[in-house]
Amino acid sequence: MSSLSGQLINFFAVVLLLLAFAMISQRRVLSLIHFFTMQGIALVAATVVVAYATGQSHLYVSAGITLVLKVFLIPWLLHRVIDRLGVRWDVETLINIPTTMLIGIVLVIFSFNLAAPISELSSSIARGTLGIALACVLLSFMMMITRSKAVPQVIGFLSMENGLFFAATAATYGMPMVVELGIALDVLVGILILGVFMFHIREQFDSLDIRHLEKLKEE
Amino acid sequence: MTLTGIASQILEVVAALALAPLLSGWVSQCRAWLQNKSAPSLLQPYRTLHKLFNKDSVLADRASSLFRAAPYIVFGCMALACGIVPTLSTELPLSPAADAIALVGLFALARVFISLAAMDVGTAFGTLGARREMLIGFLAEPALLMVLFTASLISQSTSLTTIVETLAHRELAIYPSLALAGVAFTIVSLAENARVPVDNPATHLELTMIHEALILEYSGRHLALLEWAAALKLFAYSAIGLALFFPWGVAEAESPLALLLAAPVLVLKLGIGGAFLAALETVSAKMRIFRVPEFLATAFLLAVMAMLTRILLGA
Repeated sequence: MSSLSGQLINFFAVVLLLLAFAMISQRRVLSLIHFFTMQGIALVAATVVVAYATGQSHLYVSAGITLVLKVFLIPWLLHRVIDRLGVRWDVETLINIPTTMLIGIVLVIFSFNLAAPISELSSSIARGTLGIALACVLLSFMMMITRSKAVPQVIGFLSMENGLFFAATAATYGMPMVVELGIALDVLVGILILGVFMFHIREQFDSLDIRHLEKLKEE
Repeated sequence: MTLTGIASQILEVVAALALAPLLSGWVSQCRAWLQNKSAPSLLQPYRTLHKLFNKDSVLADRASSLFRAAPYIVFGCMALACGIVPTLSTELPLSPAADAIALVGLFALARVFISLAAMDVGTAFGTLGARREMLIGFLAEPALLMVLFTASLISQSTSLTTIVETLAHRELAIYPSLALAGVAFTIVSLAENARVPVDNPATHLELTMIHEALILEYSGRHLALLEWAAALKLFAYSAIGLALFFPWGVAEAESPLALLLAAPVLVLKLGIGGAFLAALETVSAKMRIFRVPEFLATAFLLAVMAMLTRILLGA
């Protein structure tokens, strides 16, 4: 357990946080998918470093699953979905981006402070990362809340899962293999179902704006 | 103050004055290559400076003494800034005179004078440019300060030489907070040096120009000084970036031999940095002026996040 690998894990954690923040400030759907792919790459790198530093061989497997799913398969599916829906260059209107970013900073401070006492007790390799992972989860959560279109919400959901996965890897050296496989499959099935769901929303309302779902009556 | 100290200080300022036009020439050459255009010569900025220095300076009727003094003040500020930032050696007799905060102040001083001079003659373009410059400046400055504070927190000092000494001559350590600060710094330097997402350095007559609008009324040696000052500013920003994020290769105090090694390393680092800047400019599109505050707010918040990571997580 060298200090260099600890620093590397911290570095990848910060890259994850940076990308989560970049997603909040991004308007275009296509760039969001690019950021999500990069987040996947950072996650794979962090997992490999944790696996190498702690000698937990099963983490290599979960890094491999992450690579296949989050770097190749899911971004490819998302690209297909936005191509079919014709929202590739969709510029999304949402609540004022600077305000969202300010709320994001508050969330970061909140999660850093919240995680600080927990990290004190922990003895794992990168203690600071728990706060960063929590911040990633909360930022993605906020993205899901503030976006009005369906595709960015789905990307927010996936990025939240990235944050959770990173928290599990960095803080507890990964979950049991069965759980990890289950989650990976859940995410895959989730994205497939949500993809179909998006087509249905569009068919029904001629738009991907989920605010239309609030109306119960036909006009 | 030792003899080597004075020598390295003089060498550093001379190197900055000589290399700054070369750096901007290199950046425009890389840009031309990346955009499939035939590239101008690497020495083109020198030729431009030479041509401008040999021309007469034409002044407007109503130009005050401020208008005439501004190029010298701006040039002086930029030259001093290049003297403070350690590029070749950390033994600089000038550096106790100004720390990182004063450095930001120097840039602000230059900005105030160039904006006042632009408004002095009273053309519409000058005033427009001055307002835009101020809009960008007041958003970029706090972000730059936050970036410098993050580095100061790591090295426990706001003196730039101490920062470089701490970061360069310690065992290799990756600071995640500096990664965040690096992204913020890139955004700030793009905005401050009138580069593509914010301003296009290649245009001379466009409604959206900022830097060119400021110096539109200048000619002859005044324009030459301002062009040189702009090149020096780019050099100073590159030097700050290298000092904070890639400080290796800078000579330590009391080692004149290392100074000889530091020069080629500096040229190499600036070459890579310039190519990176050109690539960044080529892949991004110029943004609307009202998107710029958002762009710079992102830089500020990233810099704040870098500081938080440093303070709360100690990383």
